[in-house]
Amino acid sequence: MLLISCPYCGVERPETEFRYGGEAHIARPADPSQLNDEEWAQFLYMRTNTRGLYAERWRHAHGCGRFFNAVRDTVSDKFVCTYKAGEPKPDLDALARASQEKDAR
Amino acid sequence: MAEIYTPAASLAPVLRQDAVSIQKTAPLARLSFRGRAEAQAAVAGALGFALPQAPLSAATGAGKVALWLGPDEWLLLAPEAELEAFEAAVNAAVAGLAASVTDISHRQDAVLVSGPRAAWLLNAGVPIDLALPAFPVGMVTRTLCHKAEVILWRKAEDQFVLECWRSFQPYVLEHLLDAARELSTA
Repeated sequence: MLLISCPYCGVERPETEFRYGGEAHIARPADPSQLNDEEWAQFLYMRTNTRGLYAERWRHAHGCGRFFNAVRDTVSDKFVCTYKAGEPKPDLDALARASQEKDAR
Repeated sequence: MAEIYTPAASLAPVLRQDAVSIQKTAPLARLSFRGRAEAQAAVAGALGFALPQAPLSAATGAGKVALWLGPDEWLLLAPEAELEAFEAAVNAAVAGLAASVTDISHRQDAVLVSGPRAAWLLNAGVPIDLALPAFPVGMVTRTLCHKAEVILWRKAEDQFVLECWRSFQPYVLEHLLDAARELSTA
Protein backbone atom coordinates (compact mmCIF):
# COMPACT_ATOMS: atom_id res chain seq x y z
CA MET A 1 0.00 0.00 0.00
CA LEU A 2 1.26 3.46 -0.88
CA LEU A 3 1.89 5.48 2.28
CA ILE A 4 1.69 9.27 2.25
CA SER A 5 3.04 11.41 5.08
CA CYS A 6 0.55 14.07 6.22
CA PRO A 7 2.42 17.20 7.39
CA TYR A 8 -0.48 18.20 9.69
CA CYS A 9 -1.00 14.82 11.39
CA GLY A 10 2.72 14.02 11.34
CA VAL A 11 2.12 10.37 10.44
CA GLU A 12 2.19 8.19 7.38
CA ARG A 13 -1.21 7.04 6.21
CA PRO A 14 -2.45 4.84 3.36
CA GLU A 15 -3.26 6.50 0.07
CA THR A 16 -6.99 5.67 0.41
CA GLU A 17 -7.31 8.39 3.07
CA PHE A 18 -6.18 11.04 0.58
CA ARG A 19 -7.59 12.84 -2.44
CA TYR A 20 -5.58 14.29 -5.31
CA GLY A 21 -5.91 18.02 -5.87
CA GLY A 22 -4.02 18.82 -9.07
CA GLU A 23 -0.86 20.87 -9.59
CA ALA A 24 0.28 23.02 -6.65
CA HIS A 25 1.43 26.65 -6.56
CA ILE A 26 -1.01 27.95 -9.17
CA ALA A 27 -2.13 31.36 -7.95
CA ARG A 28 -5.62 32.47 -8.83
CA PRO A 29 -5.49 35.77 -10.74
CA ALA A 30 -6.20 38.68 -8.42
CA ASP A 31 -8.78 40.20 -10.77
CA PRO A 32 -10.25 37.60 -13.16
CA SER A 33 -12.42 40.18 -14.94
CA GLN A 34 -9.25 41.82 -16.30
CA LEU A 35 -8.22 38.63 -18.13
CA ASN A 36 -9.15 37.69 -21.66
CA ASP A 37 -10.53 34.22 -22.41
CA GLU A 38 -7.16 32.80 -23.37
CA GLU A 39 -5.47 33.94 -20.15
CA TRP A 40 -8.38 32.61 -18.09
CA ALA A 41 -8.26 29.25 -19.89
CA GLN A 42 -4.51 29.20 -19.23
CA PHE A 43 -5.17 29.56 -15.50
CA LEU A 44 -8.06 27.07 -15.44
CA TYR A 45 -6.80 24.27 -17.63
CA MET A 46 -3.14 24.43 -18.59
CA ARG A 47 -0.78 22.46 -16.33
CA THR A 48 2.90 21.68 -16.69
CA ASN A 49 2.19 17.92 -16.45
CA THR A 50 5.84 17.13 -15.81
CA ARG A 51 7.39 13.75 -16.41
CA GLY A 52 9.38 13.29 -13.20
CA LEU A 53 9.13 15.35 -10.02
CA TYR A 54 5.86 17.26 -9.81
CA ALA A 55 4.58 19.54 -7.03
CA GLU A 56 0.91 18.81 -6.47
CA ARG A 57 -1.90 19.37 -3.98
CA TRP A 58 -3.26 16.54 -1.90
CA ARG A 59 -6.01 16.53 0.70
CA HIS A 60 -6.10 14.29 3.76
CA ALA A 61 -9.82 13.85 3.13
CA HIS A 62 -10.43 10.98 5.56
CA GLY A 63 -8.05 12.30 8.21
CA CYS A 64 -7.46 15.87 9.30
CA GLY A 65 -9.23 17.21 6.20
CA ARG A 66 -6.38 19.56 5.28
CA PHE A 67 -4.94 20.38 1.87
CA PHE A 68 -1.16 20.15 1.72
CA ASN A 69 1.46 19.98 -1.02
CA ALA A 70 3.56 17.02 -2.07
CA VAL A 71 6.42 16.40 -4.46
CA ARG A 72 5.77 13.16 -6.30
CA ASP A 73 7.65 11.42 -9.08
CA THR A 74 5.09 10.90 -11.83
CA VAL A 75 7.16 8.07 -13.31
CA SER A 76 7.66 5.93 -10.18
CA ASP A 77 4.71 7.30 -8.11
CA LYS A 78 7.23 7.78 -5.28
CA PHE A 79 6.51 10.64 -2.84
CA VAL A 80 9.71 12.63 -2.33
CA CYS A 81 8.36 15.00 0.33
CA THR A 82 5.21 16.63 1.66
CA TYR A 83 4.84 20.09 3.17
CA LYS A 84 2.12 22.33 4.57
CA ALA A 85 0.04 24.60 2.37
CA GLY A 86 1.59 28.07 2.16
CA GLU A 87 5.17 26.86 2.51
CA PRO A 88 7.45 27.66 -0.43
CA LYS A 89 7.85 25.26 -3.32
CA PRO A 90 10.99 23.14 -2.90
CA ASP A 91 13.71 23.24 -5.54
CA LEU A 92 12.54 20.34 -7.72
CA ASP A 93 15.80 20.14 -9.70
CA ALA A 94 17.82 19.76 -6.50
CA LEU A 95 15.40 17.13 -5.21
CA ALA A 96 15.64 15.24 -8.51
CA ARG A 97 19.45 15.25 -8.35
CA ALA A 98 19.37 14.09 -4.71
CA SER A 99 17.01 11.22 -5.45
CA GLN A 100 19.07 10.19 -8.47
CA GLU A 101 22.21 10.07 -6.34
CA LYS A 102 20.34 8.07 -3.72
CA ASP A 103 19.17 5.57 -6.34
CA ALA A 104 22.67 5.32 -7.82
CA ARG A 105 24.14 4.31 -4.48
CA MET B 1 -13.30 10.71 35.96
CA ALA B 2 -16.02 8.45 34.65
CA GLU B 3 -15.63 7.16 31.14
CA ILE B 4 -17.51 9.27 28.61
CA TYR B 5 -18.34 6.25 26.46
CA THR B 6 -20.40 3.74 28.42
CA PRO B 7 -21.95 0.54 27.08
CA ALA B 8 -25.64 0.90 26.28
CA ALA B 9 -27.22 -1.01 29.15
CA SER B 10 -30.39 -1.91 27.27
CA LEU B 11 -28.66 -3.40 24.23
CA ALA B 12 -27.16 -6.86 23.94
CA PRO B 13 -23.51 -6.92 22.79
CA VAL B 14 -23.12 -6.97 19.02
CA LEU B 15 -20.36 -9.52 19.41
CA ARG B 16 -19.17 -11.44 22.45
CA GLN B 17 -16.20 -13.76 22.19
CA ASP B 18 -13.28 -14.53 24.45
CA ALA B 19 -10.86 -12.68 22.21
CA VAL B 20 -12.96 -9.67 21.25
CA SER B 21 -16.32 -8.09 21.92
CA ILE B 22 -18.29 -5.26 20.35
CA GLN B 23 -20.75 -3.25 22.43
CA LYS B 24 -22.91 -0.31 21.37
CA THR B 25 -22.55 2.78 23.55
CA ALA B 26 -25.10 4.95 25.30
CA PRO B 27 -26.10 8.23 23.60
CA LEU B 28 -23.83 11.25 24.05
CA ALA B 29 -23.89 14.96 23.37
CA ARG B 30 -21.55 15.59 20.44
CA LEU B 31 -20.55 18.97 19.08
CA SER B 32 -18.43 19.57 16.04
CA PHE B 33 -16.31 22.67 16.61
CA ARG B 34 -14.21 24.45 14.00
CA GLY B 35 -12.41 27.72 14.57
CA ARG B 36 -9.09 29.53 14.82
CA ALA B 37 -6.98 30.33 17.89
CA GLU B 38 -9.26 33.03 19.31
CA ALA B 39 -12.34 30.80 19.12
CA GLN B 40 -10.33 27.85 20.45
CA ALA B 41 -9.45 29.83 23.56
CA ALA B 42 -13.11 30.78 24.00
CA VAL B 43 -14.22 27.15 23.73
CA ALA B 44 -11.54 26.15 26.23
CA GLY B 45 -13.17 28.58 28.65
CA ALA B 46 -16.56 26.93 28.17
CA LEU B 47 -15.08 23.44 28.50
CA GLY B 48 -12.94 24.18 31.53
CA PHE B 49 -9.81 22.79 29.88
CA ALA B 50 -7.68 23.58 26.83
CA LEU B 51 -8.37 21.94 23.50
CA PRO B 52 -5.68 19.38 22.64
CA GLN B 53 -3.31 20.98 20.13
CA ALA B 54 -1.05 18.00 19.47
CA PRO B 55 -2.16 16.10 16.38
CA LEU B 56 -4.16 12.88 17.01
CA SER B 57 -4.62 13.55 20.73
CA ALA B 58 -7.50 13.87 23.17
CA ALA B 59 -8.11 15.94 26.30
CA THR B 60 -10.56 15.18 29.09
CA GLY B 61 -11.80 17.01 32.13
CA ALA B 62 -14.97 17.96 34.01
CA GLY B 63 -16.90 15.07 32.48
CA LYS B 64 -16.22 16.28 28.96
CA VAL B 65 -13.86 15.23 26.19
CA ALA B 66 -12.28 17.06 23.25
CA LEU B 67 -10.86 15.00 20.40
CA TRP B 68 -8.42 16.53 17.89
CA LEU B 69 -9.62 15.82 14.36
CA GLY B 70 -7.72 18.49 12.42
CA PRO B 71 -5.67 21.65 13.02
CA ASP B 72 -8.88 23.67 13.37
CA GLU B 73 -11.43 20.94 14.08
CA TRP B 74 -12.43 19.16 17.29
CA LEU B 75 -15.14 16.75 18.35
CA LEU B 76 -16.52 17.77 21.76
CA LEU B 77 -18.26 15.15 23.89
CA ALA B 78 -20.43 15.58 26.97
CA PRO B 79 -23.05 13.50 28.81
CA GLU B 80 -26.32 13.36 26.86
CA ALA B 81 -28.32 15.19 29.52
CA GLU B 82 -26.04 18.22 29.24
CA LEU B 83 -26.51 18.71 25.50
CA GLU B 84 -28.64 21.87 25.57
CA ALA B 85 -26.64 23.59 28.29
CA PHE B 86 -23.34 22.54 26.70
CA GLU B 87 -24.31 23.72 23.23
CA ALA B 88 -25.60 27.02 24.62
CA ALA B 89 -22.39 27.54 26.61
CA VAL B 90 -20.11 26.84 23.64
CA ASN B 91 -22.22 28.99 21.32
CA ALA B 92 -22.16 31.83 23.84
CA ALA B 93 -18.38 31.50 24.16
CA VAL B 94 -17.76 31.87 20.41
CA ALA B 95 -20.39 34.56 19.85
CA GLY B 96 -19.02 37.19 17.48
CA LEU B 97 -16.04 35.04 16.47
CA ALA B 98 -15.56 33.23 13.17
CA ALA B 99 -16.30 29.70 14.31
CA SER B 100 -18.72 26.89 13.73
CA VAL B 101 -20.45 24.84 16.42
CA THR B 102 -22.76 22.09 15.18
CA ASP B 103 -24.78 19.58 17.18
CA ILE B 104 -23.98 16.19 15.64
CA SER B 105 -25.17 14.06 18.58
CA HIS B 106 -27.53 12.08 16.38
CA ARG B 107 -25.32 11.96 13.30
CA GLN B 108 -22.79 9.62 14.84
CA ASP B 109 -22.88 6.53 16.95
CA ALA B 110 -20.08 4.63 18.62
CA VAL B 111 -19.20 1.08 19.57
CA LEU B 112 -16.61 -0.18 22.01
CA VAL B 113 -14.33 -2.82 20.54
CA SER B 114 -12.50 -4.60 23.36
CA GLY B 115 -10.43 -7.68 23.95
CA PRO B 116 -6.96 -8.99 23.20
CA ARG B 117 -7.80 -9.30 19.49
CA ALA B 118 -9.50 -5.89 19.17
CA ALA B 119 -6.71 -4.36 17.11
CA TRP B 120 -6.57 -7.46 14.93
CA LEU B 121 -10.32 -7.28 14.29
CA LEU B 122 -10.25 -3.56 13.47
CA ASN B 123 -7.35 -4.10 11.10
CA ALA B 124 -9.67 -6.23 9.00
CA GLY B 125 -11.15 -2.94 7.82
CA VAL B 126 -8.91 -0.14 9.10
CA PRO B 127 -5.78 0.16 6.96
CA ILE B 128 -3.56 1.98 9.49
CA ASP B 129 -0.93 0.45 11.78
CA LEU B 130 -2.59 -0.27 15.16
CA ALA B 131 0.51 -1.70 16.84
CA LEU B 132 1.14 0.04 20.17
CA PRO B 133 4.29 1.95 19.11
CA ALA B 134 2.49 3.37 16.05
CA PHE B 135 -0.93 3.87 17.64
CA PRO B 136 -0.44 4.30 21.42
CA VAL B 137 -3.15 4.44 24.07
CA GLY B 138 -4.92 7.81 23.88
CA MET B 139 -4.37 8.38 20.17
CA VAL B 140 -7.44 9.44 18.24
CA THR B 141 -7.79 9.72 14.50
CA ARG B 142 -10.23 9.91 11.67
CA THR B 143 -9.63 7.15 9.14
CA LEU B 144 -11.47 4.61 7.02
CA CYS B 145 -13.05 1.28 7.91
CA HIS B 146 -13.49 -0.39 4.56
CA LYS B 147 -15.19 2.49 2.69
CA ALA B 148 -16.82 4.22 5.67
CA GLU B 149 -15.19 7.15 7.42
CA VAL B 150 -14.70 6.42 11.13
CA ILE B 151 -13.19 8.03 14.21
CA LEU B 152 -10.96 5.64 16.12
CA TRP B 153 -9.83 6.34 19.69
CA ARG B 154 -7.61 3.93 21.58
CA LYS B 155 -8.86 3.93 25.20
CA ALA B 156 -6.61 1.14 26.43
CA GLU B 157 -4.19 -1.36 25.00
CA ASP B 158 -7.10 -3.68 24.22
CA GLN B 159 -10.01 -1.26 23.92
CA PHE B 160 -11.01 1.09 21.11
CA VAL B 161 -13.92 3.45 20.51
CA LEU B 162 -15.10 3.21 16.91
CA GLU B 163 -17.41 6.05 15.97
CA CYS B 164 -19.05 6.48 12.58
CA TRP B 165 -22.12 7.97 10.95
CA ARG B 166 -25.08 6.03 12.27
CA SER B 167 -26.36 5.11 8.80
CA PHE B 168 -22.91 3.62 8.09
CA GLN B 169 -22.86 1.58 11.28
CA PRO B 170 -24.65 -1.54 9.95
CA TYR B 171 -22.11 -1.62 7.10
CA VAL B 172 -19.15 -1.27 9.48
CA LEU B 173 -20.47 -3.77 12.03
CA GLU B 174 -21.37 -6.42 9.47
CA HIS B 175 -17.86 -6.27 8.04
CA LEU B 176 -16.37 -6.61 11.53
CA LEU B 177 -18.70 -9.51 12.42
CA ASP B 178 -17.72 -11.19 9.18
CA ALA B 179 -14.02 -10.85 10.06
CA ALA B 180 -14.71 -12.13 13.61
CA ARG B 181 -15.96 -15.46 12.22
CA GLU B 182 -12.32 -16.31 11.74
CA LEU B 183 -11.77 -16.01 15.51
CA SER B 184 -14.83 -18.01 16.56
CA THR B 185 -13.65 -21.12 14.71
CA ALA B 186 -10.10 -20.88 16.03
